[in-house]
This record gives sequence, structure tokens and C-alpha cells, in this order.
Amino acid sequence: MNSSIKALLGTAAVALVAVPASAATLDDVRDAGQLRCGVNTGLPGFASQNDQGEWQGLDVDYCKAIAAAIFEGDDSKVEYTPLSAVQRLPALQNSEIDVLARNTTWTMTRDTTLGLNFVGVNYYDGQGFMVREDLNVTSALQLSGATVCVQSGTTTELNLTDYFRANNMEYNPVVIESQSDVNAAYEQGRCDVLTTDASGLYATRLELANPDEHVILPEVISKEPLGPVVRQGDEQWFSIVKWVHFGLLNAEELGVTQDNVEEMMDSDNPSIRRLLGVDGTFGEDIGLENDWMVNVIEAVGNYGEIFERNVGPDTPLNIQRGMNALWTNGGLHYAPPIR
Amino acid sequence: MEEHVSAYVAREQKKPLPPPPTEAGALAVLRKNLFATPLDSIVTILLGLFSVWAAWRIFDWSVLSAVFTGSSREACLAGDGAPVGACWAFVRAKFGLFTYGLYPVDERWRVDLTMLLLVAFTLPFAIPRVPFKGLNLFLLVGAFPLIALVLLTGGQFRIGGGWVAFMFILAAFVSTMLAAGNLNAPPGWLRVATWLAAIAVLVLIVSNILPSGQFRLLVFSFTTLSLVAFLLAVASIAVSAFASVSSSGKHASVLMHVLLPPLYVAALLVLLAGDLGLQPVPTSRWGGLLVTLVVALTGIAASLPLGILLALGRRSHLPAIRLLSVVFIEFWRGVPLITVLFMSAFMIPLLLPSGVSFNQLLRALLGVALFSAAYMAEVVRGGLQAVPKGQYEGAQALGLGYWQMMRLVVMPQAIKLVIPGIVNTFIGLFKDTSLVYIIGLADLLGAVRRGFSDPNWITPTTPASGLVFAGFVFWLFCFGMSRYSIFMERRLETGHKN
Amino acid sequence: MRDPKIRGLIIQIVLIIAILAFASWLINNTVRNLADANIAAGFGFLSSRAGFDIGQLPIEYSSNSSYGRALLVGFTNTVIVAAAGIMLATIVGFIIGISRLSHNYLVRGLSTIYVEVFRNVPPLLVILFWYFGVLSVLPGPREALELPFSSFLSNRGLQTPAAIFDPVAWLTLIAFVGGIAGSIWLARANKQRLLQTGELRPTLWPAIGMIVGLPLVVFVLSGFPVSFQVPEATRFNLVGGWRVEPEFLALFLALSFYTASFVAEIVRAGILSVSKGQTEAASALGLPRGKSLRLVIVPQAFRVIIPPLTSQYLNLTKNTSLGLAVGYPELVAIGNTVLNQTGQSVEVVAIWMVVYLGLSVSVAGFMNWFNARMALVER
Repeated sequence: MNSSIKALLGTAAVALVAVPASAATLDDVRDAGQLRCGVNTGLPGFASQNDQGEWQGLDVDYCKAIAAAIFEGDDSKVEYTPLSAVQRLPALQNSEIDVLARNTTWTMTRDTTLGLNFVGVNYYDGQGFMVREDLNVTSALQLSGATVCVQSGTTTELNLTDYFRANNMEYNPVVIESQSDVNAAYEQGRCDVLTTDASGLYATRLELANPDEHVILPEVISKEPLGPVVRQGDEQWFSIVKWVHFGLLNAEELGVTQDNVEEMMDSDNPSIRRLLGVDGTFGEDIGLENDWMVNVIEAVGNYGEIFERNVGPDTPLNIQRGMNALWTNGGLHYAPPIR
Repeated sequence: MEEHVSAYVAREQKKPLPPPPTEAGALAVLRKNLFATPLDSIVTILLGLFSVWAAWRIFDWSVLSAVFTGSSREACLAGDGAPVGACWAFVRAKFGLFTYGLYPVDERWRVDLTMLLLVAFTLPFAIPRVPFKGLNLFLLVGAFPLIALVLLTGGQFRIGGGWVAFMFILAAFVSTMLAAGNLNAPPGWLRVATWLAAIAVLVLIVSNILPSGQFRLLVFSFTTLSLVAFLLAVASIAVSAFASVSSSGKHASVLMHVLLPPLYVAALLVLLAGDLGLQPVPTSRWGGLLVTLVVALTGIAASLPLGILLALGRRSHLPAIRLLSVVFIEFWRGVPLITVLFMSAFMIPLLLPSGVSFNQLLRALLGVALFSAAYMAEVVRGGLQAVPKGQYEGAQALGLGYWQMMRLVVMPQAIKLVIPGIVNTFIGLFKDTSLVYIIGLADLLGAVRRGFSDPNWITPTTPASGLVFAGFVFWLFCFGMSRYSIFMERRLETGHKN
Repeated sequence: MRDPKIRGLIIQIVLIIAILAFASWLINNTVRNLADANIAAGFGFLSSRAGFDIGQLPIEYSSNSSYGRALLVGFTNTVIVAAAGIMLATIVGFIIGISRLSHNYLVRGLSTIYVEVFRNVPPLLVILFWYFGVLSVLPGPREALELPFSSFLSNRGLQTPAAIFDPVAWLTLIAFVGGIAGSIWLARANKQRLLQTGELRPTLWPAIGMIVGLPLVVFVLSGFPVSFQVPEATRFNLVGGWRVEPEFLALFLALSFYTASFVAEIVRAGILSVSKGQTEAASALGLPRGKSLRLVIVPQAFRVIIPPLTSQYLNLTKNTSLGLAVGYPELVAIGNTVLNQTGQSVEVVAIWMVVYLGLSVSVAGFMNWFNARMALVER
């Protein structure tokens, strides 16, 4: 009897884990009462924790925006999961998170064979190099023979290889798994050059002991369109995240800000009325409330405000809008209209 | 052959040795132990110089030129070119981080309380002279994990009805077994109870395959079928209770025994799901020594019973069980823990149905527990093999069944023989917990590493200071355990060895 | 149900069915998850272009090589550091283990401290200590510490002059091989003689003469057919010569010293297991302590030592996977990169498991063979 009980128990344990799966991410998120958002383990300006342990940054604001759209303006219903470069894609593939907002480069492989969908670009970036000033290097083309610190498993690692190969230069890679260890190795002089996305270089330089002793070289050797990612196979969820992103861009283009969003509800501009759900049922059509964008903007502001607050010229990172300006200002951000 | 042997034979009388120098007194002891031969003297002098030099350097680095106070890296930087020793100010500043990780500051008393309880329950258990070992064991193994779990996480888990039913089915089986321990219990009733529980298992399995209506009961969300399974389990417990009451004179105490498992499960569920006014703290905020201890203690608690089962499996007479145990043990022992942790980080989510996700800490725990169970199994097997065959035969001659023989005769002897091995496995497990930082958990070592990439504290001596501190903490635990094992080994030595 | 045989059969069948059901459930889930995530299963990715560079290349590799080749580089690096570590750990471990039994207070005390310190800290911590605490704080390449023979020690590792051999150097190599062969022959002949006549003829010094002296003479006669490439400082690095990377050094030194503490304990236990009568008999025969250790105690202790020593060697081999933490490109680190570039987690984890299991089985097999050779031959 004893052993047959054991066998039965074993089978029960097996059966128990088999909780029925549901396909609709939106329902899961509503059921759980919070959005599971994958973010960087710590990259100032994009996702980092302050002394109180609160998350802040551009990517974090995207998590908050999506949560606000779903939970009627409550942007605190987010469970942040800090992920390393290696962990991030499996975590999304395996449904441990609902959306990945972790400065992830949009590439064809990731968008197709890895079973993921990029919803758009929330930061146009490019890979650069940082060196010590006293090496008197002014161009990346002088780096032949250098030792280069790079994080493993990133597009950065591949671009680095391609760049040195294309320019017929030799180098000595030091490949380390976590970005903070890469930075520590650079700081301690294990390598001459640190390479990552330019935004990351600016953020890293802030974290070095003597930021003034390091220069960022002018060359940008790659296209790094960073954006939020969702799993393939849930079109509704894909649309929601995508249109929260486009909504933020449209809001900036239409001049809707955190401060004036209430007044803008009374605006006569049909584009604004559609954006804020005064006209039409755009929100309900994707499974949200009609005033979804009002909730989003009240929570985090428009794209421009998010940028200025986290990485813009008034922050320690001091990054100019540049490519990240709206198309109307000579930048690359161009959102399809809501209609 | 004659002339060949000559090489062995002394041709003349050996000269007598000179009389020994004085054999008594401190000087003689010194001479004998330090300066016995010229070579010995040279070695002693060289090593003596080296030890003095090394001790001085260590003392200088860690005390004389160390920095004990300060709030940033400036404190630990050499101002006037003099080399600076250890940067203990860094350890002081980050002490909270090293102990609790990002656990909210206002809630840290919960961690302190848990650790205090652990010490309060472990110490009397570890000291042989203190009485009430049974109660103590219950507190340590039964109550403490539950209290710790609720205290550390804050409770308020969202528990599915399937789990509630599962827990009660477990309780039903245990209750039935306890009721069966009473020789007067009517076997018919017990059979009914067992069948009810078994049907509950089947219903639970079906409930996971077939969708059925969902509704909430209290805070638990049941499906219709899982509720049926739950009710069947409750019915089984009721039948067991009835069976034991109807047969015995001592109603109260027997009933207590049978009802203990369901009461324990009910308390567990209430504590886990109920709102106790504690703020929930997600495991992603745990860190430092807290994570190290949680991983190590869970691993230790899980690996011993699992390891014993596996060892018994490996020595079983049933070929299928033996083969499975061997494959399982040799697989885990053949691969590095790092790959096991990677597997638990990347592959467990793939192996489970989509939508089911495991907490990251839980996954690491699972990997560590399975890994150390395999090592434990080999240690226990060594003990089983060392128990003389006569003991098995004697037990069988007394008419004991397999489990009775193992529990009453073989295991007590086998475990006693391998206590050093078990403790060594615990020590290895404790050290191995440091690997979890590679899959992104901030244990003690991980917290130290994150600490020394903090720009506020980057100095040449910060990493060494942090690592020496972490090393010292690990060393204290491991060394303590190994000393305790030696103590226990001596105490349990009954003179039967050899 | 009452018959133990039938009951055993039923238990086994139920168990096997349960395990098969569990396994098929897992496989089913995996297949469905992979299909859902649109990940192509299979090992086809191994032949596609890797596209990343590796810091330490014992075999030929470039970013144009395949993922499979990259993993092979990782495997080679694993084997290199494991082999080197096993050698150093054995040497240090034997010295410390024998020292723990010394009559000399100081020798015994110091080796006890060594064992108790290293045995009770995690190996990962030792590796990190070497990497971040010791090697990283060395001066940069332009202020490198100058060691004898134009070697340099800096935070970029140890750089020594590289020997570049002229073609005639193969004569020296032949002399070296010849010396070894001669020594083996001499040792055999001497042993034969010892068994036949009891006469002890010197082996050590003639052997050293043949192995070291003979090549040296040939080397000088053939006119020093070697030149040295001395490392020179450039803008970034010391260039030229042989370089040992700090990642390798950290992993190698840490694993060797960590494992040595366990080896020492094994050696000590092995020596203590030889009964005291053997030592007393040896000294009664007039053997000095060194000789009695070498000829009487150690050969007997070896039988006790070998099985646990095997598992320590296996542990060291498995611990090389910690190189990931300092960026030493061994199998797990490279596999980690491949996993991340391709997303083929199941396949990469499977490769790891197969390789490490294979290593374990082969080391265990070799040591079993060795053990069988060493075992007591009862007459």
C-alpha cells in the first residue's frame, strides 16, 4: 500500500503543475493585477534603482506607461524583473515576463527566428568606443592592437568583431558576462577600450571614478535601434504595447503633455480628440478603455518628457535629442496616426 | 647465491650512536620539534622568517594601514602616496547590503527575527545535553520553515485551488497512515479513506487536463473539479478520524494525531494566503547573506531525505529502481553545478507548460537541491555498505519489513558512520551557494561584487577588502560546521568501529 | 499484493510508467514551447558562422569560424586549464599533505593553516580574489613589473619572451627524447639488477644527466639554434613573446591552490592509513625518513589515496566552469555566448552535459585503470 501511495502522489505532483495555459497576455496581466516587465539590471537613464529601491529610467517609464494603459492610470502595478543580457530573451520566450523594455537591439534574427516581436524603436542608438584620455587616441581607427572589453552575447560583441575585421585591425577581446563586471574590468585597466551602445557609454562614464579622464571616440560603428519586445503569437498584446509607444510619440507631436492633458480633452483638434479617446473607440478596440492615452500621459508624460526626464540635456547623462527627435524636428521618430 | 646476499650484510660493527641530548625541558622539546636535524633547522628558520613577515604584512594590511571609517572612496585613497591597506569603511557602508540585499530597510527586522529564531531553534538542538529534542525537532523542521517563509515573503500568496486540494490530499494520506498505526482501527474504514484520497488524486489530475468552471472560495480560485478533489480529501480525513475514534478508548489523543496533518496544512494555507499585515517582499529584493542562507539551508533540508531515498534506491533489489537511481546520481555528479544552474534558469521554463512560471530563486533552489542530493546519496550509500550484513539478516529474522528494518536498524548505524561525510557535503553545498550569483541572484558574494563596482567606492583595495570579508564569513560557517562534525563524531563514537 | 516478487514488479512498472509519462510530458511541453516561440530545434546552428572573437586561442579560430569550432576552442581551453591545474594541485597537495605530518612544529602548523583556510572558502571566491584582488591591481602594461629574463607582469597578464627555434633545433629534441628513453632503460636495468643481486645502483643522477645534459650538449654543439622575441611596449599593450592572460592565471592558480588543500587531506589520510609497523620496520631496516616515505609508505598509501584523488581531479575539472565569472573562454563561457547569440538553449545545455559527463567518465576510467595497476597483488 505504502509504495502505491507514493506512486500516486508522484503522479499527482506531476499533474498539479499542469495549470491550463491561456493565450491572452492581457487577460493574464489583468488577472495577476500587475505587469511583469523585464528591465536592465542597472543602466542609469534607462533602468536603475534609486536609493529607495524605486525603479526609474526611460525603459522603466515604458513599463509604467503600459501598466497605466491597462490598469486605468495606475502605473505602480509593475513587477520589475532585472535581467542580464543573456537572460533577457529566454525570459521573454519562456513567459516569465510580459514585455521586455531593456535597451534591446532590433535585429532580424531576434524579430523572426527567436519568436519575438519588436514593437518599435524607443531609442535610436549606435555603438561607440570609450578610451582613457591619456592614451591620446582620437579615432577608433587608431585602436589596432588594443585590448577591448565587451559584454558577451550582445550585438555589440558581433559589431566589434566586424568593425576590426573590416578595417584590418588586430585586437584582443576580453569578454565578460555582466556589464557591471565589464565596466569594473575597464576601470581597473584590464583593457584599453570599452565598447557598448553610445547611450550606455555615457551612462557608464558617469559611473567611473574620474569621468573626466575618459573620452568617447567620435565613431559610431553600428545601427542600434532599441525598443520594447513582446512574444510572437499574441496579436492583441503586440498591438497594445505598439500603440502605447506610438501614442507617446503622437502625444509629443500634438503637444499633449502631463500638465495640459486635462485641458487638451476639450481641444477641437480631431487628432488630439482621437488620441485622448474623446472621439472614437480606439481604446476599446484593442481591449483597453477609451481614455487609455489620458491615463498613460498623466502617469509618465509624452515621449519628449520621458526623454528629457531620464537622459536629456538637463540630466547627468546630458544626451541631445539628435536622432531621437521627432521627424518634425529632423529626428527619426515618426509614429503612424491614430485614426 | 652466496656472494649476492653479501650486499645485504653488514661487514663490520656499526658505530654506536652518540648519547641523546637531554630529553626533558622546554629546550629539549623545542630542539626535538624545531631543530632536530640541520635541514630541519634551516627549514625552521626560513619558514619562521616567512611567517613573521607574512603575519606582519597581513596585520599591517588589515589593521595598521586599514581604513575603518569614511563615507566614500576618498577615505580609502592614499593621500600622501603611502600605500593604503584594507578598506573596511567600504564593508561598513555596505554591511546592510551584504546582509539583507535590497530588502526594504523598514522590514529588515523580519530577517533579523528569522535568523534569531533559526539560532534559537538550532542551538539547543545541536547541544546534546538540552532536553526536549522531539519538540525541538518539530519546531526546527515543522514550524521554522513555515514561519521563515511567511516572515520573509510577507505571505499573501495567490494559491490556486489545485494546490489547496493537493495539500489536503497529502494530509489525507498522512492521516490515513497515522490512523493505520492504531491496531484497533477497523480496516474497512481505512480502506475507504485510502480510496477516497486516491480518487481525489485522479480527479485532481483530470481537473488539470479538462477545463471546468472557475470560481473563488475565500481567497482561493477553484475549478469545479479541483473543488471536488478537495472535498474528497476532506471526506477521506473525516473517515480516518472516525475510524480511529470508533475503535479506541483514548479518543482525544488519537484524534489529535490523525487531525494533526490537516490542521498543519490548514494553518499553512491560512498563513501563506492570509493577510497578516506584513508587507510582501518579492524575492528579487532579497540578497546578501540572507539568500546564501536560504539557498544553503533549503538545499541541506532537501538533500538529506532525497539523498537517503536515492541511496536506498541504488542498493535496492529491484533492477529498474536501482538503474534509475544510478543514472540519476551519476548524471548530477558528472556535471558542474554551473551548468545545472543554467539548466534551471533557461530550461525549466521550457520544460513547463507555457504560462507556468517559477520564481528565479525557487529554480536555483531546485537545481541546488537535486545536485546536492546526488552527492548525499553517495555518502549515505557508503554508510549503508559499511553496516555488516548480519544486521540486515538480524532485522529480517525479527520479522521487520523493509522500511522498519531501514528505519530502526540500518539507518541509525549507517548515518552515524557517515556523519563526517554528510557534514562535508553540507560544507560543499554551503560553498556552492556562491555560484547562484552567476544566474543573477545577489547572494553574499554577488552583493560584494555589486558593491565593488559602485563608483562611490572604486579604489584599488576595495575588491580585496570585500572579498576577504566575504571569505571570512564563508569560512566561519564552514569551519564551524566542520568542528561540530568532529565533536559529534567523537560523541557518537561507541567503540564499535573496527 | 502479498508476494514480494509480484509487488516489486508492480512497483517497478508503476514507477517506469510514471517516469515515462513525466518525461513525455516534459518533452511535449518543450516541443510546444519551442514551436510557440518559433525556435528551430536541432544542432544545425553549429555549422553557421560564429561572428565573435575569442581572447585565448589554443587552436585556430577566427570570427569566420563556426559555432561548433568556437565550442571546440572552449573545450580545449577547459582541458588546458584542467590539466595544468591538476598538475599544480597534485604537487602542492602532496607537499602540504606530507608537511602536515612533519615533526617540525612550524611546518605542521603552517600547512594546517593552509588547509583549514582554503578548504573552507568557496572556490569562486578564491578565483575572484586572484582576479580582482591581486592580478587587476598590478600596474598597467606600460609600467609593468619587470621580472628576470625580460618577462613582464602587468594587469594584462604575464608576458615572457617567446623562443623561436631554428630548423636544426630538432637535433636537441631528438637528444631529449633519447635521454628519456635511455633513462627508462637504465631504470629498468637497475631494477632488474636489484632484484637479481640486491645491489643498488644509482639511477637518479645518470638519468638527470641523460635527460638534461645530453640535450644541453647537443644544443651547444649545434650552435644555439634559438632566438628570443622579447616583449615590447606599444601604445596599448606589450607585444611579442608569449602571454599568459590574467583570466587563465586567476583560474589556474585559484583552482590549484583550492584543490591542493583537499589533496593534502587525502594524502595525509592515506599516509596515516599505512600501519605504524611499516614505518617502524622501515626505520629498523635503517632507511632514512625520506627513503622510507618514498619506498615504503607512499606506495602503500597510494592505494588509499587514488580513489578520493580521482574525485578531486573530477571536481577540479568541473570547477573550471567557474572561468565564466572572470571571462576565461572555457566551454561554459563560450557556450553561454553561443546560447545568447543563437537562442538554442536546450542544445547548448545538452552539449555541456554530454562533454562534462564524457570528461568525468574518461577521467574515472583512467584512474580506475591506474588503480587496478597499483592494487595490491596478493601472492
